[in-house]
Amino acid sequence: MPEILDAELAPKLAVELGLKLEEYDKIVEILGRRPSVTELYMYSLMWSEHCSYKHSRKALRMFPTEGEHVLQGPGENAGVISVGDGWAIAFKMESHNHPSAIEPYQGAATGVGGIIRDIFTMGARPIASLNSLRFGTLDKARQRYLFEGAVAGIGGYGNCLGVPTVGGEVYFDEAYEGNCLINAMAIGLMREEDLTLATASGVGNLMLLIGSTTGRDGIGGASTLASQEFDEKAEDKRPSVQVGDPFEEKLLIEACLELLGEKLLVALGDLGAAGLTSSASEMASRGGVGLDIDVTKVPQREENMQAFEIMVSESQERMLAVLEPENLEAAQAICAKWGLRSTVIGTVTDTGHFVVREGDTVVADIPAATLADDAPIYDPEMERPAYLDEVQSFDVRGVKLPGDDELGETLLKLLASPNICSRRWIWEQYDHQVMLNTVVLPGSDAAVLRIKDTDSAIAVSTDCNGRYCYLEPYLGAQIAFVEAARNVACAGARPVAITDCLNFGNPEKPEVFWTFHQAVSGLSDACRAFKVPVISGNVSLYNESFGQPIYPTPTVGLVGLIRNVERHTTADFKDEGDAIIMLGETHRDLGGSELLALIDGTVGGMPPSVDLWREQQVCEAAICCIEMGIVKSAHDCSEGGLAVTLAESCIAGNIGANIVIENRLRPAVSLFSETQGRIVVTTAVEDAMTVAMMADRLRIPYAILGQVGGTSLVIEDMLDVPVSELRESHEATLERLVHGG
Amino acid sequence: MRFGVVIFPGSNCEQDVIHAARYLGHEAEYIWHGDTDLAGFDAVVLPGGFSYGDYIRCGAVARFSPVMAEVVRFAEAGGPVMGICNGFQILTEAHLLPGALLRNVGLKFICHSQPLRVEQSACQWLDLPAGTVVDIPVNHNEGNYICDAETLQRLKGNGQIVLRYCEPDGSVLSGSAPNGALDNIAGICNERGNVFGLMPHPERVVDPLCSGTDGVSFFNTIVQRLAEV
Repeated sequence: MPEILDAELAPKLAVELGLKLEEYDKIVEILGRRPSVTELYMYSLMWSEHCSYKHSRKALRMFPTEGEHVLQGPGENAGVISVGDGWAIAFKMESHNHPSAIEPYQGAATGVGGIIRDIFTMGARPIASLNSLRFGTLDKARQRYLFEGAVAGIGGYGNCLGVPTVGGEVYFDEAYEGNCLINAMAIGLMREEDLTLATASGVGNLMLLIGSTTGRDGIGGASTLASQEFDEKAEDKRPSVQVGDPFEEKLLIEACLELLGEKLLVALGDLGAAGLTSSASEMASRGGVGLDIDVTKVPQREENMQAFEIMVSESQERMLAVLEPENLEAAQAICAKWGLRSTVIGTVTDTGHFVVREGDTVVADIPAATLADDAPIYDPEMERPAYLDEVQSFDVRGVKLPGDDELGETLLKLLASPNICSRRWIWEQYDHQVMLNTVVLPGSDAAVLRIKDTDSAIAVSTDCNGRYCYLEPYLGAQIAFVEAARNVACAGARPVAITDCLNFGNPEKPEVFWTFHQAVSGLSDACRAFKVPVISGNVSLYNESFGQPIYPTPTVGLVGLIRNVERHTTADFKDEGDAIIMLGETHRDLGGSELLALIDGTVGGMPPSVDLWREQQVCEAAICCIEMGIVKSAHDCSEGGLAVTLAESCIAGNIGANIVIENRLRPAVSLFSETQGRIVVTTAVEDAMTVAMMADRLRIPYAILGQVGGTSLVIEDMLDVPVSELRESHEATLERLVHGG
Repeated sequence: MRFGVVIFPGSNCEQDVIHAARYLGHEAEYIWHGDTDLAGFDAVVLPGGFSYGDYIRCGAVARFSPVMAEVVRFAEAGGPVMGICNGFQILTEAHLLPGALLRNVGLKFICHSQPLRVEQSACQWLDLPAGTVVDIPVNHNEGNYICDAETLQRLKGNGQIVLRYCEPDGSVLSGSAPNGALDNIAGICNERGNVFGLMPHPERVVDPLCSGTDGVSFFNTIVQRLAEV
C-alpha cells in the first residue's frame, strides 16, 4: 500500500487541486482509505471537467453518433468514417483555449500537436488541419499579440510537420477579450483495416513510452488551466503551458505509422491532458486490464521529479504503446532509426489495478477503471439567462437602415469589417499545399482534399457564429451546422459526419449551463435532420474571465464527401455571360447581423430562423447540379448577406456581375439580410433552366439574379462598385489591424 | 532514368516529389539519409521540409548526414542534383552552391503562388526560354537569398542565376521578391549547371487538379537530357 496522506492535509490538497470535497470523499470510498499524494493528483486530473466531462456528459448523450459511414464514434482518440474504396477518414476537433490565452504561440502550437497525435494514434496519416479562432477586437494591443502569436504558433507547428493547414475561421468580438478560443481540427487518412484503438490487452505485454523526455511542463494543465475560470492571477499559470517541439512530433508520426504498418503494436495512445495518467488509465479501462508502471523508468528532463509529477506531466510529443515482448526489439529498432527514445516503463497485468511504483516503493494503487469511468456525473442546474429577454427584444425595426445612396459604401464597409474581410493574411502563413491533396485552396467556402488513387475527395469546413449563439443558443448552434453543411455543399460534397468543439463558460452557473444544453439540443436536432452523426468532439468549459463568460461557441467541423473530384466547385465567378441563380429566398433577418453591428454597434434581436428541411433541399439542389457538371461557381450566403456573397465571388474571379433583385424588401434588407438557406450558383446560360427545374423538383424557391461580366458589381438601382474597389476593401483590413491601424 | 529523393529526419516534401515524378511517368525512389550508396540513381533531389527541425540553422545539421558525402561526390562527378526549399538550404550549407538563405524580410512564413522569371542560365534542369514566366508556390520562412558582391558578379557572369522573383508580367522589380532575396534570386545553379537549388516548389504544380502544371518541365527536362546523353 502506498504512503497515504495525512487526514487533515488530504482534503485540503484535494480542494487545491480542483476537486470538490464530495469528490474527495468518493475517492476515499473507492480506495477504502485516504489516497497517497500521487493518487490524489491522478484523480484530480482524471476527474477534472477537461478529462471527465462530468458536467457535460449527460447532455452529450443527445447527439446521434451512428450512421452508415461511421467506423468509430466518440470515445476513442478520434472518430472515423468510411469514405469508400476501402479508405477511411479520422477526424476530431479540440480546444486549447486556456493555454493560448496565457502564451498564444505555444498554446496554439501544442493545440495543433495534440490533435494531430489523436489522429495518427488511430493509425491514420494526418493529411490536413483546420482551426477556429476567437479573439477580442484588434484595436487592443493584447488582442493583436494573442492573434499574431496564435497564427504564428499554428503555422510554426503545422508547417514543420508537413501537415497542410487548409481552412478555418476567425471572429473578433469583445466577448472573447479575456478568453480567446483556439480550436484545432485534424484529419487523417487510412485504410479501413489499419484502424487502431487505444485499448490495452494481453497480460504480460509491455508498455513502451516513445518520444520526448518528461519534465515539469504542463503540470495540472487540464485541471488548473482548462477547468477553471481566469482571474488576475492568470499570468502566474504560465508554467502550466506546455512547450512544443514539432520536429519530435514529425519523427513520432513517421515512427508510429511504421510501427503500426509493421503490425508491431497491440495498442497506441498519445499523452495529452493529464499525461501518462490519462493515457495509461484510459487504455487499461477500455481493455479491462491492470497496469504496473515504474516511474523511475520514465526518461526525465529535470532532476528530482516526484512520482506524481511524472504521472501528470503534460510534456508534449510522447506516445504510449502496448506491445508483445517478442516485438520489443523490432519496435525499438524503428524508434531508434527515427532518432526517438523508447523505454519500457511497465506491463499489462490481470489485477485491474493501476499500480505505480517508484523503484521498489508503490506510490499509487488504484482500480484502473475508476480513474477513467467513475468520475462523478453531474446534472447541473439550468436557468434561462435573464439577458436573453433584453437582447432578443431589441427592436431591429427601430434602426435606421442605410439609404439607397449609401448601399455601395455600406457594402465596402462590410467587406472591410474584421469578421468578413479576407483571411489571406492568415492562411499565407500556413503551408496549405504540402501532401499535394489540396484541390481547393483556402479562401473558398470549404477546403477540398482529394484522396489519391481514387476519384473521391472530402470537403471540410469549420463554422460557428457566436453572436447568433449568444442571442439564441439553440438556433445559433443550428446555424453553425447548416452553414457548415452549405459550405461543403458549395464544393459539391454531401455532409457525412461532424466533430464539434463546445466552448462555453462555467457550467456550474445555471444560466451558462442552460445555454450549453440548448446549444447541444439544437445541434443534435440539426444532425438528426441531416442524418449526419457526431463522431468525435471536445467540450471546453470555464471560458470566463473576471466572471464574464464568452459567447456560447459550439464550433462545428463538418466533413463531406465528393464522389467525383473533377466535379468540385469553387466560389469564384468564372466566365462572362454565366447566369447567376440564388437557391432559397431572402427575408428580413437583421437580428445579430453584421449590418446591425456596423451601423448601430449592436448585438441584438433574434438571429435568422432555420428551416432544416429547406436547408437540406437547398444543399441537395446545389450538390445535384454540381454532380451534373453544370455549376461553374457556388458560394453560400452568410455574414453580410447576399451582397457580400456576390462581392466575394467577383473578387475571387476578378470579374464583375450585373444583378437585378426583384422582391418587396427594402434594398438594404435585400442586400444585407442574413437569411439562412441560400446558395448562389452560376452556370452557362443554357444550363440555367436545369438549375431552375432542379429547384422546382426539390420544392425550393430560387431567383435568377443576373449575369457574370464586366469589371464592376452592378446591382440595378442599388449599387455599382468596381471589383478593384471591392478587393481593396476586402484584402487590406487584417494586415492594417494587426499593425495597429 | 531514376530519381532518388533523400529523406532527412524532418523532411516533409519527399512524398510530394516522388508523387510528382511518378505522376509524370518517371521512376523515383526514396534514399534514407543514413545510406551511403547512390548506385542506381541518375538524379538526386533534396526535398523541402524542416530537416532536423531547422534547429541551429536551416540545413546546418542535415549537411552532416551520411548520405551528403555521397551527394557531394555524385555532384562533383557531374550527377544532377536539385535542392528544393530546405534542399536548397542544405546545398548551400554543403557548399555545393554559394550563398545562404536568411529569414524572410517580413519575418513571417509565406505560402502562396509566385511568378518567377526564367533567366538565361547553364542549368541542366530547365530549358525554358529566358523570359518565360512560371507560377510556382513558395513556402518558406528562410528564403531570403544572400551572397557577397563578388559571388553575385560570378553568378551573373557564369549564367548561374536560374530563376528570379517577378511580377505577373515578368518584370523584375525591387519589391518582387516576397522574402527580400538579393537581386530577386529564387534559384541558382553551379557553374557546370548540374546542381540546382531553388526556394519555390515545382513538385506542387505538376498535376492540373492541384494548382497548375508550371512545374512539369523542372522534372522532364533533366530526364530528356539524360536520355540524350
